[in-house]
Amino acid sequence: MTSAIKDRTTAPTALGRRPSWQLRARAFGAMFRRDFTVTGKELPFVLAQVLLQPIFFMFIFGRLLTSIGFTAGTYASLLFPGLLALTVVVTAIQGTAFPLVVEFGYTREIDDRLLAPSPVWALAVEKILFAAARGLLAGLALFPVGIWVLGSIPYQASGLVLLVTMLLLACLVGATFGLVLGTFITPDQINIFFSLLFTPLAFLGSVQYPWPQLAQLRWFQILTAFNPITYASEGMRAALIPGVPHMPALVCVSVLLAGIVLFGILGLVGFRRRAAD
Amino acid sequence: MVSGSRQQVAETVTCDALAVERGGAAGVRVRGLVKRYPKASVNAVDNVSFDVEAGTILGLLGPNGAGKSTTIGVLTTRVRPDGGQVSIADIDVIREPETVRRVLGVVPQRDNLELALSVRQNLLFHAAYHGIGRKARERRTDELLEQFELGNRAKDKPGRLSGGQFRRVMIARALMHDPAVLFLDEPSTGLDPAARQFVWQKVREMRARGVTILLTTHDMEEAAALSDRVGVMDHGRLLVLDRPEELVRTLTDGSTLEVSAEIAEERVPPLVRRLGELDGVERCERTGGSPPAPTIRLQLSGAAARLVAPVALAVEEFGGRLTGVDIGGATLEDVFIHLTGRRLR
Repeated sequence: MTSAIKDRTTAPTALGRRPSWQLRARAFGAMFRRDFTVTGKELPFVLAQVLLQPIFFMFIFGRLLTSIGFTAGTYASLLFPGLLALTVVVTAIQGTAFPLVVEFGYTREIDDRLLAPSPVWALAVEKILFAAARGLLAGLALFPVGIWVLGSIPYQASGLVLLVTMLLLACLVGATFGLVLGTFITPDQINIFFSLLFTPLAFLGSVQYPWPQLAQLRWFQILTAFNPITYASEGMRAALIPGVPHMPALVCVSVLLAGIVLFGILGLVGFRRRAAD
Repeated sequence: MVSGSRQQVAETVTCDALAVERGGAAGVRVRGLVKRYPKASVNAVDNVSFDVEAGTILGLLGPNGAGKSTTIGVLTTRVRPDGGQVSIADIDVIREPETVRRVLGVVPQRDNLELALSVRQNLLFHAAYHGIGRKARERRTDELLEQFELGNRAKDKPGRLSGGQFRRVMIARALMHDPAVLFLDEPSTGLDPAARQFVWQKVREMRARGVTILLTTHDMEEAAALSDRVGVMDHGRLLVLDRPEELVRTLTDGSTLEVSAEIAEERVPPLVRRLGELDGVERCERTGGSPPAPTIRLQLSGAAARLVAPVALAVEEFGGRLTGVDIGGATLEDVFIHLTGRRLR
């Protein structure tokens, strides 16, 4: 009897074969389309939401305070690269963290995709890329908005390659960090977590001040060095207003890359943990 | 490992040794499956082995927490087992989860349609995740929407559907990629009788088309109505596995007597004890009714008719009056009571 179990062989059917890379790519594309369909309708609202804060920041600090003489006129061009970094990173964090907390926690809507014939990590990578694309979109939208509010924004043709690099790295570091949050936080923790996390992220990220000039406030400089947004802000400054003191671009790129790898690994571990019991 | 699993087969599938040998291309094979959740003190699934022959329906029957859903979870690649071997259509589920997902369809217990997508989009996206091309998936969606009488709800969001319609969409979605093996976790729980009948009819149609089906239920009527074979699970163990009528025949002695009486509430327990002592009564228990009209169920070893007079006398002895007698055959419920000493619900 037992030998029959062991020896039985069956003709392989088409479905019994391992999914081809072509099929996996199609599944990946479908998952990306799904995210686009589900969140596409809310995209204008998401953009309005993430752009509202930088608009007010630019108006109050870059325009109002400079026009009544409390801040120097050049402050606006210092502020813009920082706000760009903040907007991109935070939008990307939200792009992975919020949907995953809901899908893993309340609705289990993700289950149908976890049953697709593609690897579990592919879905996590799709989530990262989709959130990164949202972050990038928000960043690109900030340019016309900045011109509208500030009148002009700093720009250097020679910094274009670095700008694009920094935008991509900022998107990815936010999306991978969001993946970590989205897989480790439960739905009832998300609101408190985000309100506690957002303010330090926004104000300890060298968004409103150049990092090298914090030297006389050493403890604060060290504290801000733990925030990935610091490296995104400084990198953006290196690309847009190289005249202002900034961290070396190579340091920014290296730290952000390291962050992407670290958060990416942690996020994938968390994703796998949540995907299967 | 090999000798261990052989012994396991011999132990638990003896009643069905033949089925193991027959097997089939799209059958399911489970050997020595063990799952313990972190921080749990006992195994959720404890050394379970069984087969589902290709093209048949196996019903796993048991109370909540018996390990049925965990077993399905392992088979559908969603739960990582701590031991044992599991294969579907001869594909190792643990080693080749991606490959096996192509041949299986899952209708989970929990409602998990995409709420922001329409019914139609839910089906279309599922097919796209399985790599089915646009034309084919649109055709298949139309077919299944019609088959499941959902044509007029195609554009609605799932939140607007009734419970029965929602479950129908869940089943239709699972069928989009034409799975050879279908897993239904509590397919009709919470549905009204008409919706339940519809689901049952669809399950039978799928079986007729050659789909292998593994379903879980805590409803013995559902298990008996749909399954070619029934496995009774409790506390993570598979207690028996056989055709439902065989289970009823071999594990109970055939007949039951359902007695209604008018009797003072405090006298019911002594009456139940007294009835249990009658010749030919295997087991006696109160099944329901409200005071002062309890219903009592007797499981019998002999012919039921012969016991009606002694039962009537016993009821009178305790100052009550017999108001109704119902003679019936034993059911899977009696099988479960026989095996566990408890009722199913």
